[in-house]
Formats: sequence, C-alpha cells, structure tokens
Amino acid sequence: MSDAYYEKIARINLTTGEIKVEPLDLETAKKFIGGRGLGTKILYDEGVATVDPLSPENKLVYITGPMTGSNSPSSGRYMVVTKSPLTGMIACANSGGIWGAKLKFAGWDALIVEGQAPDWCYLNIEDDKIEILDAREYLGVLSEELDDKLKEKHGAECSVLNIGPAGEKQVLLAAVMNDKDRAAGRSGTGAVMGSKKLKAIVVKATRKQLDVIADVDALKEANKRALKILSDNGVTGQGLRALGTAVLVNIINGIGALPTKNWQESYCPTADQFSGETLAEKYLKKPGACYHCPIACGRVINHGDKVVGGPEYEPLWAYGSDCGNDDLYTIDECNRLCNEYGLDAIGVPCTIAAAMELYQRGYIKEEECAGVPLEWGSKEALVEWTKRMGDPETELDWLMSSGSARLCEHYGHPEYSMSVKKQEIPAYDARAIQGIGINYATANCGAAHVRGYMISPEVLGLPQQLDRTVTTDKAAWAKTFQDLTAVIDSMGNCLFTSFALGAQEYADLLNAATGTSWTVEQLLEIGDRIYNIERMFNKAAGMKPEDDRLPKRLLTEPITNGPSKGMLSQLPLTLPEYYAARGWVNAFPTDETLKKLGLDECVGK
Amino acid sequence: MIEVRFFATLRDGRGKITQVPAEEASTAGDLLRRFEIPPEEVAILLINGFHSKPENPVKDGDVISLFPPVGGG
Repeated sequence: MSDAYYEKIARINLTTGEIKVEPLDLETAKKFIGGRGLGTKILYDEGVATVDPLSPENKLVYITGPMTGSNSPSSGRYMVVTKSPLTGMIACANSGGIWGAKLKFAGWDALIVEGQAPDWCYLNIEDDKIEILDAREYLGVLSEELDDKLKEKHGAECSVLNIGPAGEKQVLLAAVMNDKDRAAGRSGTGAVMGSKKLKAIVVKATRKQLDVIADVDALKEANKRALKILSDNGVTGQGLRALGTAVLVNIINGIGALPTKNWQESYCPTADQFSGETLAEKYLKKPGACYHCPIACGRVINHGDKVVGGPEYEPLWAYGSDCGNDDLYTIDECNRLCNEYGLDAIGVPCTIAAAMELYQRGYIKEEECAGVPLEWGSKEALVEWTKRMGDPETELDWLMSSGSARLCEHYGHPEYSMSVKKQEIPAYDARAIQGIGINYATANCGAAHVRGYMISPEVLGLPQQLDRTVTTDKAAWAKTFQDLTAVIDSMGNCLFTSFALGAQEYADLLNAATGTSWTVEQLLEIGDRIYNIERMFNKAAGMKPEDDRLPKRLLTEPITNGPSKGMLSQLPLTLPEYYAARGWVNAFPTDETLKKLGLDECVGK
Repeated sequence: MIEVRFFATLRDGRGKITQVPAEEASTAGDLLRRFEIPPEEVAILLINGFHSKPENPVKDGDVISLFPPVGGG
C-alpha cells in the first residue's frame, strides 16, 4: 500500500451484528477518487437508489478521501453518503473536524453500515478492532454531552460522531454531528442513522499520520506550494480567519441578495446587527480550525457562561433576516441548539421562515402553535420551535421537522417552500445572482450552495469577477465549478481551499499522494463522472426532469426591495444551456455521455 | 451627499458609515484616496449594490460599500 488509501472497508451489518473487512477496489477508487465519488459509486452498484431511505435496506457510507488525514491543507474531511429521506435522492453530507482523519488513521477508507440494530447501539473503533456496543443508556442525550460521555468512557484521544434527539426520532432535518460542533448537516443523514438505531461512532487510532503516500517528497513540495498560495491569498490567508464565513452577511445584503422573511424581501436594513463584524466584536473568543487547516474559518464564541461553536453565515442569515430577526444572541442560541439536537442549521430555520409566512397569511392558526405563535422576529418562537423540531411531539412539530416542502404542501401552499428537491435553498437570492440559481436547480443533493459555489465568481470576484445580473456563460461556469467541487470533495480536502487553489494544485496534490498522473482536464472529467453517477442514482431513485426547478417565487415574483429590486431568475434560459454543456437531455445523461465518461454500468438505465 | 460604508477590516480607524459632500469626489477612487485606502486592499467595491471600479463616477445620493478580500460559504 502506497497510494493514500488503506485499501480496506468495513461492512457492518447491524441486523446480524456481522462485521466484514472488504478490500478496496483500487481501480474503482481511483476512477472516482474516493469520498463523495466512491461513496456514490458503491451505493449505485449495490442498488440502494430504489430502497426506502429509512428502511434497513438503506446503507450509510462513512467515507474518507485519499487526502483525508494527509498533510495537505484542510484535509480533515469525511462524507456521509446515503439515500436521503428528505429528498429521496442521493445525500452526500460533508464534514470537517478531526473524526474523518482519525477514521483514516485507524486504517479505514470507509465504513458501510447496513441493516437495523435490534436495539440502540454504537460503534467503537480502535484501529483494526470494531465492536458494536450497547447505547441504550445514551438515548435522549444531547450531542455535545454524549461526546463528553463517550470520551470519558473511551479516552480523551478518541473522536466522536453521533446523532442527537432529532436523529433518534428520524427527523428528516437531522444531521450527523462530530467533534461537538461539526456537522454532516444536510439531507437528513442523521435520520438514517436513527432508523438503524445507531447513536454514535467512536474512533481511536494509534497512527498519527498517513503512512501510505505514493511520493512523499512530491507531496511535500505540492503542499508547500499550496500552503504558500493559501497564505498569500487575502481570503484564505486573513479574511476567513478574522471574520469567518459570517463576513458574507454584509456583502450579500449590500448587493441586495440577502433573502428576508422567507424571500419576500431581499435586503435587510438591520443586517449589520447579525453580521460577521458584529459577531467578532461582541462574542468571538477565537477562530477555530479543523484538522490541518491553515484557514481557520470556524468561530469559537462566548455564549452566556459557555464557550461554544459559533454560527456560520448560513444560520446567521436563516435565523436572522429570513425569519425577520436581527438579534445575534438568539441566533447564537439557536445555532447551539441545532448542534445539541443534531439538526441541519439551514433546513430548520428556513422551515421556520416558511412557517412564519404561512402564519402571516393565516394558514397556520395561532391555536396550532401550542403557546408560541410563529410571528416574524419572535425570539421565543425561534428558540422554542428549534427545540420542538429537534424533539417533536405535536402534529405541527412533526410537520415542521419534516422540512418546508412537506409543511407547505400540507397547508396547500407549496409555493411558500423555498426549496429544491425538498431541500431548503441557502442564503443567496438566485434572482439577484443568475449563476447560483443553475446550481441550486441542478445540485443532485437538492438545493445546496457548496456543490457549485457560483458566489465566488459572481460576487467575490474569485477567480475573476463575473456580472451577477447576466446569464452569459453562466451554465458553463456552473458545470465547471460543480465538477471541480466533486473532485475536491472526493479528495477529502475542504472546498474553502478553492478560494485560492486552482485545479492544477489539486492535481499536483492528488497525483503525489496516489501515484496517479491526472492532468487538469482528466481531473475535471472525473468530476463530471461523479456528477453523472449521482444523477443516475437520482434517476434510478425516481427523480423527474421537473425536479430541476426553482420555486415559483424566484421565477415570477420580482425582488421587492434593495439594490436588486425588480430582478428575476432567468433559469428557463440557462437550464437548456447547462444540459447541453453536460450532454444531458431532459435532465439526464445520454448513453453517449455515459460511455464517454466511462460509466458503462449506467448505459441503458 | 455620498454615503460611504466600510466593512470588515476596513472599519479599523474609520468607523462603519460616513457621509462625504458630493462635490468632493467625482469617482470612487477619490473616496479611496480620501480615506487612505490603497485600491489593492479593496476586493469588492459596490456603488449602489453593483460591482464597480475605482474609476467609476459617483454622484449625490450614491451609496459606496467597500470590502477587503473575504470569502465564505
């Protein structure tokens, strides 16, 4: 072994208790890199696309990339790949911290968890040894507390991944948490863990670094170059460390693309009150960094008498302007609750925002709210409904915990759910930024910003400034960003490195670590392959062409206020261009496209 | 008047918002000079919410927003 893989996968059947060690198929691994790409390939081949996501037949793949745990920059990433109970399509939730690196150090490229345990259990991994242990005493325990308890039991050097009460109850917005405040947050991966009665995975490793690198000297050189580029770059060298992703609040508001009151407005006059600048001034204790990360975008904040993980840009926006709130302390508290209950800190507040609009319009009645009316900006409502969604009891609790699409459908007004493929849209108004809308509509995991982050060129000017208001060339840009993102995710590096690094740097890092000799073109073709196998998973899962759409509001209701007033998404113009760039017809790859990408197993499907 | 809004590290020593008489600046670059901000330290320059350059003209009633290099997701 000298190719950055340990060539070993553990298959854990929770129904039977059987644990099998399987060799990694190295040829397939390199064809899909690892992580997101390989995880999807495994699930596609094993027929998971057609199963009920919350049944024992669904599988959870916890998977690292070849770079995970390496000395390359920001290389602590792992992914949870499964069939999403929220979208009914592929889920690939990506998280940092150190858990992924420790899984790799323990000698595992991936864990495949299948079946359903007879009673609540957790996995304890110590290098080669994997055991299934009784978790009944931990039922109902909040995520951070459970992290402490399992460290007490297994040693402070272990790393803990777990679900909170939301995952236990199979809440469709439940996240998988690790290292206390890191989350594989989206698409309901926590609910799948809950359906298997799997409460946690503890990992301890003797190894402290990756010792299977193909060309140690070449990797050292590639790392050195990459670190210098990251350090010299204003965003990755200083900007993110100083203010975190929260700095975006004022920028996105400044261009009039900060959705407000469930996207009824797009500019919030009081946004500075919950901005990165205000967060730094009032609550920041220090920046936080994941494994081997020079960027340190994380926020460690003072919160009452506690020190906790602080909010990213997304929850600041979603619990802020999207819910008509500008009280930063309340946002910090809600973000903490999401971490404790194990909830998607985008999906939950966006669903509360949708509920607030339903309440505003009289569709949700006060008597349904069990004493906490869903009024815009109500601090009490934000805190209380987050708790209720994390541990639902009443009918409305359950409806809201199932996400805005199901909630709004129930009340007969699906148009108020700002979601794609039943997953809530992140914090950038696609009417004001044309390219990001293509990505929202076509992301295989449902609406996501981190599948093709068009905000980089359209707002931040990285790698070059594009005009956010026009559609020209945006389809081709979106495809390239999506393909490169699929590569970075699959490698196990953090996407944030791409604010500074280009495709050549990733090729150099990957080639040095795995012994491959990919050119940039070949690397992007792998990204294209990954994107296409995800799409074929979705096709097998029952996705329809009309699922690549944006909410009606973005196509028919012009922005009502702020600098971008009057704008609409031009997706009907850009989507056909995007499909042409992908070699897709009616949302799916042609056989010719599949053959060109080496996806013969998908041809004719 | 022209309103100038400073963000992130550009607030250091300058505050958040200030007003400049319109006759004292004809371009965004004039404002950068007035506040001693080297153009290379400004990654995003917005005039009324739209990306602009230092050479772009400014007029009475405009809102200028200045950001250093920042990113996020």
